[in-house]
Amino acid sequence: MSPSVARCPRSLAAGSAGLRNVVLSATSASSTGSRIRSASDSLLLRPPRSNREPRRQRWTAASKGGALARPRALHPPGFPNRRASSVVDNDIDEDDDSVAAGAHGTKGASAAAGPGSGCGTRYAEGPSTRMNLFTAVNAGLRTAMETDDTAIVFGEDVAFGGVFRCTGGLKEQFGPDRVFDSTLCEQGIAGFAIGYASMGKTAIAEIQFADYIFPAFDQIVNEAAKFRYRSGDQFNCGGLTIRAPCGAVGHGGHYHSQSPESYFAHTPGLKVVMPRNATEAKGLLLASVREPDPVIFFEPKILYRTSVEDVPDGDYEVPLGVADVMREGTDVTLVGWGAQLRVMSEACDDAEKEGISCELIDLRTILPWDFDTVSRSVKKTGRLVVSHEAPRTGGFAAEVAADMQERCFLHLEAPVQRVCGYDTPFPLVFEKFYVPGRFKVLDAVRDAVNY
Amino acid sequence: MLSLPLSTRCVRPWAAATQKLPKVTKSTTSHMSSAGSETTRAAAATRDAPAKVGVYAGGKEMPFTSILRIEDPDKLPVWPVFRVLDDDGSVRADAVEPKLGKETALKMYGNMVRLEAMDDIFYNAQRQGRISFYLQSAGEEALQMGGAAALDMNDMAFTQYREPGLLMWRDFGVQSFADQCLSNISDLGKGRQMPVHYGSKELHYQTVSSPLGTQIPQAVGAGYALKLSGKDNIAVCYFGDGAASEGDFHAALALAATRDVPVLFVCRNNGYAISTSVADQYRGDGIVSRAPGYGMHAVRVDGNDALAMFAATAEARRVCLSQKKPVLMEAMTYRLGHHSTSDDWSRYRSSNEVKQWKANHHPIRRFYSYLEGKGWWDSAKDRVLRDRERRSVLIALETAERKAKPSLGSMFEDVYEVVPPHLQEQKHQLYAHLERNAGRYDGAGG
Repeated sequence: MSPSVARCPRSLAAGSAGLRNVVLSATSASSTGSRIRSASDSLLLRPPRSNREPRRQRWTAASKGGALARPRALHPPGFPNRRASSVVDNDIDEDDDSVAAGAHGTKGASAAAGPGSGCGTRYAEGPSTRMNLFTAVNAGLRTAMETDDTAIVFGEDVAFGGVFRCTGGLKEQFGPDRVFDSTLCEQGIAGFAIGYASMGKTAIAEIQFADYIFPAFDQIVNEAAKFRYRSGDQFNCGGLTIRAPCGAVGHGGHYHSQSPESYFAHTPGLKVVMPRNATEAKGLLLASVREPDPVIFFEPKILYRTSVEDVPDGDYEVPLGVADVMREGTDVTLVGWGAQLRVMSEACDDAEKEGISCELIDLRTILPWDFDTVSRSVKKTGRLVVSHEAPRTGGFAAEVAADMQERCFLHLEAPVQRVCGYDTPFPLVFEKFYVPGRFKVLDAVRDAVNY
Repeated sequence: MLSLPLSTRCVRPWAAATQKLPKVTKSTTSHMSSAGSETTRAAAATRDAPAKVGVYAGGKEMPFTSILRIEDPDKLPVWPVFRVLDDDGSVRADAVEPKLGKETALKMYGNMVRLEAMDDIFYNAQRQGRISFYLQSAGEEALQMGGAAALDMNDMAFTQYREPGLLMWRDFGVQSFADQCLSNISDLGKGRQMPVHYGSKELHYQTVSSPLGTQIPQAVGAGYALKLSGKDNIAVCYFGDGAASEGDFHAALALAATRDVPVLFVCRNNGYAISTSVADQYRGDGIVSRAPGYGMHAVRVDGNDALAMFAATAEARRVCLSQKKPVLMEAMTYRLGHHSTSDDWSRYRSSNEVKQWKANHHPIRRFYSYLEGKGWWDSAKDRVLRDRERRSVLIALETAERKAKPSLGSMFEDVYEVVPPHLQEQKHQLYAHLERNAGRYDGAGG
């Protein structure tokens, strides 16, 4: 790892300028169907409004206080006011402040792109700041606490800023009653948070690693998830959000690498969310905190420092339960979430070079997931590849695959491909062989197309 | 407020030990309290004056000793059981009799009798197959009603399943209990939980869940919310001696102590977790003895003494609110009935043991004797009361049986605040299935 290069804001800035050009040319070429885009470009290049509006309305219309109804939510596509973002292949260390500078780098001007620069998601009006994902989480937490006096942030080691620096400065701003260290006890953190939320208040609890969430499994699965249902809607803990860093990081071994989203996705009553980049992280986190249902918010820790973007300073939400078509294509649909999208995006680039047109979808919310968007895509492409880091058997890819064969059976040209971690514990020294990397995804894409 | 001998109790083993310790002053503090080289030199210069205390992380001063001794817990004094009434219902000579007032005392007694009547009839209704399951409170009526009377109606209650008395005290009618046990359309829980899983937002009584101990850390979170909002209310949390072995108990007490949360933990130590005796549940002096380890106030009470429960709960609540701190109460009692209707106590305890408790320590009889001694109650009034309560429970049960079940569509509601698309879809799939299989399912209306 070379922090000086990988984390250098200058290199990112230079990269983004280059990407901007790519984006603009890609936009102009979109009608021809030939596109070369990076994962992050999707922030700028979204499907035309007419394609996306019905889906969003379908979901939010059913949601009381849904994203569109919320005054702070600004989701309609418009002209991008942001520079292109970038993800740099990187590695991270816990509690390493040396790179924080990269997080607080350049304060962007409003960066409003002029008319004609293409469609894109407008996350929020106003200026943006270049920051990494942990800083975006920090900004989201700050916004959540500023706009809700009842919001508390707590967990192990959060008061000094957290081992991943997500809670830095919050105690200083909001005081020790609202930002504090819990005892070292995950079931206590979860139980306390549920009880606090049951009083109609907002609890944002941190589990230091998703690998250590299991002592809290009973509280989350048997209590939080069933709180509203079992009381006949008399009580609820909708103000509960549990944040937990997840996923591979290069050297985490069994207990600092797991992605346990499918355990929670099997639990009615929970919402399970995983962002793919810094901008999405802030918007999805704010939506999760304000969601009237308990949310498990997994943060891919590989992205904490490697996803660096111009994140809007404003208060904005990315709606839950709505997938994002990051990249349009015609030959094969790829579905993923979190950090895996970076890998899949690279595989899409490789596939495009071979003449395979890929459609890449970020599920964003794993429960409840947006099967409409995925099935619309699969009906178009006839092929589906689903990928996640978690082990294959019983992973959420199995659910996506089963559901899609039910919905799209006659449209499928090939068996649904799953590219996942193997059914072994996460193996420290064999990580690069274990993870569903770029070339495994590419193989699956080829297999689907050549079936 | 009542003045109780909580603070005058002199059995704390560590109290005796600390009396022998030197008074800690700056000058006796050892070099461990500072890392400065100057201090180290000073320590070296005074080597012949051994350090008396060390200061460890968190600022805690601890005396040094040269005597190696492994402490034997059996040598520690046993926590006493606070009681006001003796078994015959007379006020103990040295006890401070809480000033209950006739009205409160009779309301407590009336509710104890009502709870006993409800238990008896619902238990038999289960045996007749009229309800699916039931759990009695038999033997623990005073524990529940004495404590309930001392709490504020707005104190948020987190309970297990053997504390319906608190809800009854807050005027949850027998009809509401029956509706829940029958899972009918009037059940506030919409027919989603087994009998005895009551809950009422209006009465600040969080809905009971089956997993044991989960409510304990939740009560801490709720108490913290009350504290931050500046309310003069506490969270109160009930659980059994078995649940105190769950990790959640430890999680909760540690958090409550470190966050200074106004929450009252009440452990109903009734001797058994289903069949497991406390002899196999813990080796120490019950549950209360754990409190000092958490740095928590604590009291042990005779749970079959309604007056003691009232007085101790009132005082514990005062400590919670005035000091913004948690209190652990261990209420000693005995489960006279089965664990539940799925249990048979004769398989693991002697009938003599049960008979002895029923004959000598029955909480309702003890409180009756007290009321009779005060001239507030007599056997004629008692007969009328008991007949009336039994009749009203029977009517409530029959009424509940006649009510409709909740609508089938409600099965898919309240999983989330808004029914998401996949649940709407599954609901339609169920309806479609029912249409294709008309007549194969009972009660598919709605």
